[in-house]
Amino acid sequence: MLIERKWKKWVYFYLPMAVFILFTLFPFYWMAITAFRPDAELYATWRQPNAAPLWTLQPTLEHVKGLLQTTAFPTWLWNTMLIAIVSTVISLVCGTFAGYALARLRFPGSEFLGTAIFITYLVPQTLLFIPLADIIRDMQLGNTPWALMLTYPTILIPFCTWLLMGYFKTIPRELEECARIDGATRFGAMVRIIFPVAVPGILSAGIFAFTLSWNEFIYALVFMASADQKTVPVGVVSELIRGDIFFWGQLMAGALLGSVPVAIVYSFFVEYYVTGLTGSVKG
Amino acid sequence: MANVSIRQLNKKYDNGFHAVKDVNLEIKDKEFLVLVGPSGCGKTTTLRMVAGLEEITAGEIRIGERVVNDLPPMDRDIAMVFQNYALYPHKSVFANMAFGLQMRDYPKDEIQKRVREAAEILGIEALLERKPRQLSGGQRQRVAVGRAIVRHPEVFLFDEPLSNLDAKLRVQMRVELKRLHERLETTAIYVTHDQVEAMTLGTRVVVMKDGLVQQVGEPLELYGRPANKFVAGFIGSPAMNFVEVSLSGDGRWAECQGMRLQVPERLHRLGGKRVTLGVRPEALRLVNGAEAHCLATEVDVVEPLGNEILLNFRAGGVPMVARVDPGTRVRAHDAVRFTLDPARLHFFDPQSEAAL
Repeated sequence: MLIERKWKKWVYFYLPMAVFILFTLFPFYWMAITAFRPDAELYATWRQPNAAPLWTLQPTLEHVKGLLQTTAFPTWLWNTMLIAIVSTVISLVCGTFAGYALARLRFPGSEFLGTAIFITYLVPQTLLFIPLADIIRDMQLGNTPWALMLTYPTILIPFCTWLLMGYFKTIPRELEECARIDGATRFGAMVRIIFPVAVPGILSAGIFAFTLSWNEFIYALVFMASADQKTVPVGVVSELIRGDIFFWGQLMAGALLGSVPVAIVYSFFVEYYVTGLTGSVKG
Repeated sequence: MANVSIRQLNKKYDNGFHAVKDVNLEIKDKEFLVLVGPSGCGKTTTLRMVAGLEEITAGEIRIGERVVNDLPPMDRDIAMVFQNYALYPHKSVFANMAFGLQMRDYPKDEIQKRVREAAEILGIEALLERKPRQLSGGQRQRVAVGRAIVRHPEVFLFDEPLSNLDAKLRVQMRVELKRLHERLETTAIYVTHDQVEAMTLGTRVVVMKDGLVQQVGEPLELYGRPANKFVAGFIGSPAMNFVEVSLSGDGRWAECQGMRLQVPERLHRLGGKRVTLGVRPEALRLVNGAEAHCLATEVDVVEPLGNEILLNFRAGGVPMVARVDPGTRVRAHDAVRFTLDPARLHFFDPQSEAAL
């Protein structure tokens, strides 16, 4: 890095950085602090004596307890987990093979196919759920986890395919050619050489797919009716907002617990995620 | 051990580009054949067709007695070293070298033995546990060669294997490759764009241009008797000087920048015509004045290289280079006179560029 004057570094680097961090992290802080404040504090006005709007004086686990005991939250968590994992696996398997094929195989219409897959990704979910709802009803999958496990890949596969196609293109072709001379078939070279090298790309596609299905709202709202089939985002919103009453403590406790698994997944793979998205392989 | 025979080989890409045109080559057993030429001349495409990485549009390739046109790369019993080495980044050096043997179901102790043996030949025993990214360029190069030799293939294919190394290492690896070939006695086909590499490594050298073979021959044959102007200019550094000259009416003499050159007898029939004269830099000799029919000129750039000095000058507007003894005292802008060694002149047809 070039040597610069110190005050310049503060003004142009640290200060904007601090503003940015505050801006991104404050909602998370607000969620966490709200989850642990007693109702008395939550509904008190800011003008009241001893008010501490940004902090809690009597931290409590009452909302977390209430959430786990009075609502079906554990079931929602389990549903979300199951649906996210299954749809991620389906999307990764399809996306990996499709991405490889589009990156490496030259067949008539391969470019058209690549573009077509990308275009399906551009169709907004808010339109797509209408025909999908029809299909789900015809196949009698409504209100079962399969309704989501099979519809999430419709958005995830195009994304995974495109991300992985880009990643496969950064892997030198020679690696594969060398493997084929060494005695591997095309499929063997793909599985033994290209996939292991593409692990960062595959992982970042996986993380993305997992997060997307974990947070998905519209399909989950439309296709799931009964309380015990809901996912966390839908369950929390539909069961903890009754009429015009917001159970802020439990809502935020639900959001907090719901985001923990995603945070854990990210923290494990963050390095792969970065290399996966920026993509660089050296032979 | 095998010979490779390439007959009427053609490659046309889907976009209509005709990369390789009617190439015929007979590569003898244990021979080290080098394909050399400027980029886009079809040398790499030819090699890739031998490897089975590129489909053959027309023609035939035989390895030993087998026609391999439709065999997949794995069944051709070849090994290839790539320009970017193509080491498997997630595997250790040992696993990289063992991969080809594992794919062919060799027993474990045989794999161990062969990898150790190859590592010893190449001096990389200490690196077997490392990953490719922990190796220097020269070490990666050795591993890539090691991966090829463990398999004891019938034919080695090299695709510009030295061009990613720095100049000094390249010279060193060049010698090592030659030594290795003498030791292993395996047929090798080597592609390069560097004519020095081609001359030092090849038992025979094939010069290609625009998909066509220009000349096939031993290195000194190419240097001494180039078949056309392209080969003459491509082989040798600095390149051969070319000047257009007119032959006298009886064809015995050529006039060039005040010089009268004796023309070999075989060209007397061309009396009165214009031909291209080719002069190697070392065929120009500095003289001290008195001799008749000298080329008088002024040196514009002097390149003292230590073992020789290169003098750049212009003769009738054409830039030329002379290679002279390192003891010569010449400075830029000195007036000098050269004579030409009549036995070392090359003549080319100005239209077809073929040697006359």
